[in-house]
Amino acid sequence: MPSKGLQTHYQTIIIGAGMAGLAAGIRLALAGREVLILERHNASGGLNSFYSIDGRKYDVGLHAMTNYVPKGTKGTPLTKLLRQLRIPYDALDLCPQFGSRIAFPSCGLKFSNDFSLLESEVAANFPKQINGFCALAGEIREMDPFQLEGGRSSAREAVKRHINDPLLEDMLFCPVMYYGSAEAHDMDFGQFAIMFRSLFFEGFARPYEGVRVVIRLLQDKFRSLGGLRKMKCGVKTIHAEGERATALTLDDGSTLTADTILSTAGSVETARLCDDQPEDAQAGNIGQLSFTETITAFEGQPEELGWEETIIFFNTRERFRYAGVPTGEEVDPTSGVICLPNNYDYGAERQLEEGFLRVTAMANHDDWCSLEEAAYTARKEYWYTELMQVALAQLPALPEGTHFGDRILAKDMFTPRTVRKFTGHLNGAIYGATHKQKDGTTHLENLYLAGTDQGFLGITGAMLSGISIANRYLL
Amino acid sequence: MTEDQVKQIVIDIINEIAPDEETSGLKDEVALREQMDLDSMDFLDIVMELRKQHGIEVPEADYPELASLQSCANYLTPKFNAK
Repeated sequence: MPSKGLQTHYQTIIIGAGMAGLAAGIRLALAGREVLILERHNASGGLNSFYSIDGRKYDVGLHAMTNYVPKGTKGTPLTKLLRQLRIPYDALDLCPQFGSRIAFPSCGLKFSNDFSLLESEVAANFPKQINGFCALAGEIREMDPFQLEGGRSSAREAVKRHINDPLLEDMLFCPVMYYGSAEAHDMDFGQFAIMFRSLFFEGFARPYEGVRVVIRLLQDKFRSLGGLRKMKCGVKTIHAEGERATALTLDDGSTLTADTILSTAGSVETARLCDDQPEDAQAGNIGQLSFTETITAFEGQPEELGWEETIIFFNTRERFRYAGVPTGEEVDPTSGVICLPNNYDYGAERQLEEGFLRVTAMANHDDWCSLEEAAYTARKEYWYTELMQVALAQLPALPEGTHFGDRILAKDMFTPRTVRKFTGHLNGAIYGATHKQKDGTTHLENLYLAGTDQGFLGITGAMLSGISIANRYLL
Repeated sequence: MTEDQVKQIVIDIINEIAPDEETSGLKDEVALREQMDLDSMDFLDIVMELRKQHGIEVPEADYPELASLQSCANYLTPKFNAK
């Protein structure tokens, strides 16, 4: 018998140690399968990860864990996934949000983890639309969030069947799209429903220590079940013969074989790893939407500045525009998301030591990836300042005599270049390919997809994706 | 192995995969789904644990046989005794 380190055949090999890959790995390990997860980077988490600079901890990706429900709530995505992974609810240390807002030029809608707040806000601001809004919510409640089948249907059209005020329509689409749409202007109604449920019926929460809590839980569970994981171990080629994937060549040139392969690398990205596909396979399906995000650590708590909300989804245009940023414009600062990670209910004894402010906006991948190093740094500096001004205009006015700039302790910024580097997504497309493959199949019979491009969205969605595809094809 | 022992094995598995469900006082003849919050994913786990812990294979076509404790006992006891 070769020793474990030299083993070259596994029942299942999973490409990518993000949320979906780790969750799928746990399911397979629970079933007693021999499973190996390969990850190109030295950190797990993929799109949702974390890092430290000067001892200060930063999260990437996670503003909030969506799908929050209180302990003991039955039958929801969060509780189902915890049961499937055999992770106790309390281990996630989920702390609910204070409250959030959708901010448009002429109107604001507050919402929280209690859906009735959004209902009353819609009733107060859009009295003629409230019946339609309730009907839309009713239709979404009846939809199965775990559905793996079904074709695409337009969410814009579905919403318009109930709501005929374009302002309210745009205001509902703004957070839903920012938290998961790979498509510009419109999205699949099934995906809209998943996100609507996860944001508005359920809601936001965050572990006190951020996304690292979730990643560590998944890693530890996988390891404790005997699952194997290799870091800094990218896949270069998936070899295909006829209808089957037969072997994997890694970046270091070595070869592994597996009965089944689960790729979380993305739909187009996975196709292009296969040696039976052209280099430009699925060119029409590459996502076009990428983001930039500033993160600022500051002195004091946001609450001292009068900033008591958790997340603000803002738009300053007459009509909300969720679409690729035209080449040359680098960033679209007219809409985005502001997140204050301090504003979760961590309990009386705990609070983040410093204030944090994160501002997300859409950005052009090609612009950011074509800059030389010095220019890249300079443009980051420019857009950091711009986005801070945008955010300060959306946040409640500072107390007289307070200058936010004086309180800044540290700052950082990710761009489409960063997204591309850490997710491997072509175009730095944060939510992956435009067209999702809901049933997780590919052109090869023993190669499956999970994660962003399978189409369940958000962190909870990513884990459910890994679980669902593992259950269906790999156990 | 007796039917009661097989029922206990099923209850032990449910306790393991769904620790938040109350399994005392389950009625033999009533569907498990009607007495607890179990879905198809959970039944998959019951099947998975039967295989892992006891070497019992339940083909997908036979999943309906696991509907209640009594039907589990009827279906699984011969399989345990045939081992």
